[in-house]
Amino acid sequence: MKVGILSGKGGTGKTTVSASLAAVVPSCQYIDCDVEEPNGAIFLKPELKEKSPVKVLVPEIDMTKCNFCGLCAKACQFNAIAVVKDKVLVFPEICHHCGACKIACPNDAILEVERTIGVVEANEDGTFLQGKLDVGEPISIPIINELKKHIKEDRFVILDCPPGASCAVVNSIEGCDYCVLIAEPTPFGLHDIKIAVQLVKNMGIPFGVVLNKASNDNRSIHHFCQSEGIEILMAIPFSKEIAEGYSKGILPVEINDLWNEKFKKLYEKIEGGAHK
Amino acid sequence: MKQIVFISGKGGTGKSTLVSSLSLLVQNKMLADCDVEAPNLHILLQGEILKKRDFFGAKEAVIDSSACIKCGLCRKTCRFDAISEEFEIKPMKCEGCGACTLVCPQNAIKLEEVKTGETYVSNTSRGTFSHALLDIGAEGSGRLVTEVRKNVNAYKKDEEWLLIDGSPGIGCVVIASITGTDAVVVVSEPTKSGQSDLERVLGVAKHFGVPAFVCINKYNLNLKVTSEIEEYCENNGYPVIGKIPFEPSIVKALQEFKTPIEAGNKVITNEIKNLWARLVDEVENLKKA
Ligand code: SF4
Ligand code: SF4
Ligand code: SF4
Ligand code: SF4
Repeated sequence: MKVGILSGKGGTGKTTVSASLAAVVPSCQYIDCDVEEPNGAIFLKPELKEKSPVKVLVPEIDMTKCNFCGLCAKACQFNAIAVVKDKVLVFPEICHHCGACKIACPNDAILEVERTIGVVEANEDGTFLQGKLDVGEPISIPIINELKKHIKEDRFVILDCPPGASCAVVNSIEGCDYCVLIAEPTPFGLHDIKIAVQLVKNMGIPFGVVLNKASNDNRSIHHFCQSEGIEILMAIPFSKEIAEGYSKGILPVEINDLWNEKFKKLYEKIEGGAHK
Repeated sequence: MKQIVFISGKGGTGKSTLVSSLSLLVQNKMLADCDVEAPNLHILLQGEILKKRDFFGAKEAVIDSSACIKCGLCRKTCRFDAISEEFEIKPMKCEGCGACTLVCPQNAIKLEEVKTGETYVSNTSRGTFSHALLDIGAEGSGRLVTEVRKNVNAYKKDEEWLLIDGSPGIGCVVIASITGTDAVVVVSEPTKSGQSDLERVLGVAKHFGVPAFVCINKYNLNLKVTSEIEEYCENNGYPVIGKIPFEPSIVKALQEFKTPIEAGNKVITNEIKNLWARLVDEVENLKKA
């Protein structure tokens, strides 16, 4: 089964929860879909053996065939190609690799060439995978799609998703059997979790909430979950020990057995929640 | 008007709190929130909305089923698996590229504009404020960010500064947040993951030629990582313009929507004042250089 771990905002402990689950669930697969800022490897410390570049197709103009008619530029919805007098300019970074320009060209003057925008890295047995968008590249979706091709369907798969609520998150959790939303009771936390809740509801995926840095000073998310009938799967209290561990790249489950047990319980609840 | 954008790589590092604190200290400025996927600044600023607009930032294919002869060409052409076996468009997957419209022999497919969010301009006691909210799961968040920055221009008087709360990550939204600004301030945390995020986001600023500065928030949580970050910044020419300590009292004050300034925390108020003074100096120097 596939479980997406997400949060409306970054920095709420998404990776702590994903990596802790990965550490306690036997023979599971962990996939870091937060390809803009992947952090899972810092905690899980895999030995990355396989590295394959992620390539996309972008247009290249055969100047011997082009008559500067401008139809390609008209077809491109992303302003990634422009025709000026006797030049055709391609802006490969903002190209969405759709192929519309090639279809539009009446002179067969457009070829498509491969361009690398990032990398997918894996450990030897493919139980840890991460994607990395190259610095300066705007479009991350092809890397997420590439990662998802490597999902091992017969295992418990943990997808550590990007923050936010945009198309990158939609692509990451599409096809998931269950989602875990991480929320922090900061003053903004309630606002952020509502966005994540709406997203998974729209996609019809069953879900539960994990409260990170829970404290009695702010129970707004508790109340929200109660009134919406959302299950709180686990509450991780604020602890100096956990925060210190986090800063060094150490997971709560490595600090003591208690957390080991708690994350195993979380795993059971997820299994239960997905089969309801 | 000089534009300063505050970004953090991951989020949750105290970026909005810093921007909100500065909004109390800096005079003669405008404000913008470019974190359109999970905006927070409006909660602290509580302004009166002057203008609200739907934003149409993406397109989507629509098939006229009465004209469609189910030839399948569109489905074969679409590279985003956005057309179902029944020849219906899957809105969540359609990128609005229009490739399908070019191959349909029946001319049965059209691109239509879709709403991807809302933009707002608000009047607040701390200055005019431009912000937005992306529709859940929508495409084109980068375009919405660009729109937020454009809206500033329409309301600009003679403000000296624009303080921008930026977006997370290193992709399209961040690029749209930082391009053409005068300086980037990366708000970082002394953690192993924060360190990795910082290095990547500084790389983006460099790639787009925007001068970047670093603020280490909660620096006393891990002094070792803090000094590693300082060393990295020193070696790569990124000035560290502020180090703000962690204090539990800040968290308490924030629970009541109060910035450290409003809560009367002297140490932190001074740190933030110094950070701003240093930034103003650095930006002046850039102009001269
Ligand atoms: S459509 Fe083809 S021929 Fe026309 S300008 Fe573009 S590349 Fe050249
Ligand atoms: S492949 Fe698509 S996005 Fe890229 S230049 Fe051609 S039409 Fe534009
Ligand atoms: S517009 Fe592009 S993405 Fe949408 S259905 Fe047509 S070909 Fe596919
Ligand atoms: S290409 Fe046009 S006619 Fe053919 S299946 Fe698609 S919509 Fe229908």
